[in-house]
Amino acid sequence: MSAFTQALGDGAVVAKRNLIKIKRVPDLIVFSTLSPIMFVLLFAYVFGGSIAIPGLDYREFLMAGIFAQTVVFGATITGAGLAEDIQKGVIDRFRSLPMARSAVLIGRTTSDLANNVIVILVMSVTGLIVGWRIHSSPLEALAGFALLLLFAYAVSWGMAIVGLMVRSPEVFNNASFIAIFPLTFIANTFVQESNLPGPLKTFAEWNPVSAVTAAARQLFGNTNPEAPTPSAWPLQHPVVMTLIWVAVFLLIFVPLAIRQYRKAVSR
Amino acid sequence: MGAVREIHLKLSDPGSIMARMADAIVAEGLVKRYGSVVALDGLDLVVPEGTVMGLLGPNGAGKTTTVRVLTTLLEHDEGKATVTGLDVVADAKELRRRIGLSGQYAAVDENLTGFENLDMVGRLYHLGKQNSRARARELLERFDLVEAADRPVKGYSGGMRRRLDLAGALVAKPRVLFLDEPTTGLDPRSRLGMWDVISELVAGGTTLLLTTQYLEEADRLADKIAVIDHGRVIALGTADELKAQVGGERLELTVSSAQDAETAKAALTPLAIAEITVDDRGHRLTVPVSGGADVLVDGVRRLDAESVKVLDIGLRRPTLDDVFLTLTGHAASGTGTEDKQGEQAE
Repeated sequence: MSAFTQALGDGAVVAKRNLIKIKRVPDLIVFSTLSPIMFVLLFAYVFGGSIAIPGLDYREFLMAGIFAQTVVFGATITGAGLAEDIQKGVIDRFRSLPMARSAVLIGRTTSDLANNVIVILVMSVTGLIVGWRIHSSPLEALAGFALLLLFAYAVSWGMAIVGLMVRSPEVFNNASFIAIFPLTFIANTFVQESNLPGPLKTFAEWNPVSAVTAAARQLFGNTNPEAPTPSAWPLQHPVVMTLIWVAVFLLIFVPLAIRQYRKAVSR
Repeated sequence: MGAVREIHLKLSDPGSIMARMADAIVAEGLVKRYGSVVALDGLDLVVPEGTVMGLLGPNGAGKTTTVRVLTTLLEHDEGKATVTGLDVVADAKELRRRIGLSGQYAAVDENLTGFENLDMVGRLYHLGKQNSRARARELLERFDLVEAADRPVKGYSGGMRRRLDLAGALVAKPRVLFLDEPTTGLDPRSRLGMWDVISELVAGGTTLLLTTQYLEEADRLADKIAVIDHGRVIALGTADELKAQVGGERLELTVSSAQDAETAKAALTPLAIAEITVDDRGHRLTVPVSGGADVLVDGVRRLDAESVKVLDIGLRRPTLDDVFLTLTGHAASGTGTEDKQGEQAE
């Protein structure tokens, strides 16, 4: 068995363990879907009336943004889960076993991806209920969902590094919120980035979350064909830009996360 | 037994012939620093195959750090350590196949059942699906967890979790087992249960390194005890040797009359290494001796020859608490207060 297939095999064992947890502690998935549903309803009915998107119903505009925000939040489970495993000594046990060094991380990120798939399904249904529609081909729509999930998967590896460093789920949650709120709000997720003031606009244009949101909007056909072309390159080519971000994230985060795992010990 | 293993090891691991094969664990001058804190300060330790070494010390003495270095969880800064002849850094991956670790708190997954926990560990040791399952069932049986096997660990008692965690360490039938404070936090009954399990285990010839802050635990389970303090081994020996090092061994007996006490005193004088004391009521004698159980037997024979009526006689030894206090000048964090008072013989 090659090192790579062994890592995948060990990763599958760890992923299975995490998925059993989703099954046995359903509160977890319930709350990680309830909050995005709440966001959909809040933005659609509370803010929606006050935010005008030229030539487009706000709910059509909104859904890609909420999808992007939700999968990024979903990716934080990776860090919280690893921090909890360290705290409980489970990582010590794993690290004393002759398993691949990357396996715990592969398993963790994979099961969190599965979690995100479930969340996206629930949200799509909510979106459809409040009036969101996909105007593109099924294949394009699938590509849109795949891109969102791929993006979240890459973010998961970044969250893994933080989770392994802070070693406490509570600290991790506080730390990740500080990073994630600006990333998901100073973007084109809920408003048009063109309306943002100077520096925030530039931040939003280059924000990876904006790229994946714009890409999803494009692939779901939730755009106004009459709208002027965005001024920034990343938003002119959102699909390519998202793939570039995913590649960059994985290239940086995967080796760093494995390095952090190798020296992670409880307390 | 030891010789057979030695040959086996040499045949299967040509690279490790240089190591002292009869020693399962060898640590030389281990140093580990965390910033300015020195956790290990030149720790030396040798554990022969098939024996139980108790690592005894208070919190923060370096016990857990030692276990982490030896189980490849932590890299040391200086020194050298091998387990079954394999270097803990250079041969880490191969080494992990041969060891089992059970940590300070039960590292079991609360959401998995007992069976799922052990099955997962088996899969990660690459035992294969069938073997992992069979081994999991076998261990659940052995550790009296069959009834709870298919319930999530969340509902297990502390003692059950520890047993499951210990079972997890045994999945791959390791040659060397590391138990880091296996009974910390357990109630006295669960602790006794754990001791029975561990005693049974080491009777089968497994090499065991056990850390504990319970003096009684080391006395009960370990062949040899290394007392560690501030990251160094400050004393090494059997429980008896350590106690002897502190001295203070004495024969205590109670007789039925003052007259018997006089006769007993005369009979036992040849054994005394210091003056024999007789208590106020004149029925109780304390005889400072050295030589352990033999002295007790000798004493009983002498009393018998003089037809002294003995109500009670015992050999009192210093507790490991006394040992710790003598060696370090400070108490072992107060955890050993329930330690037994000495060995009694009828």
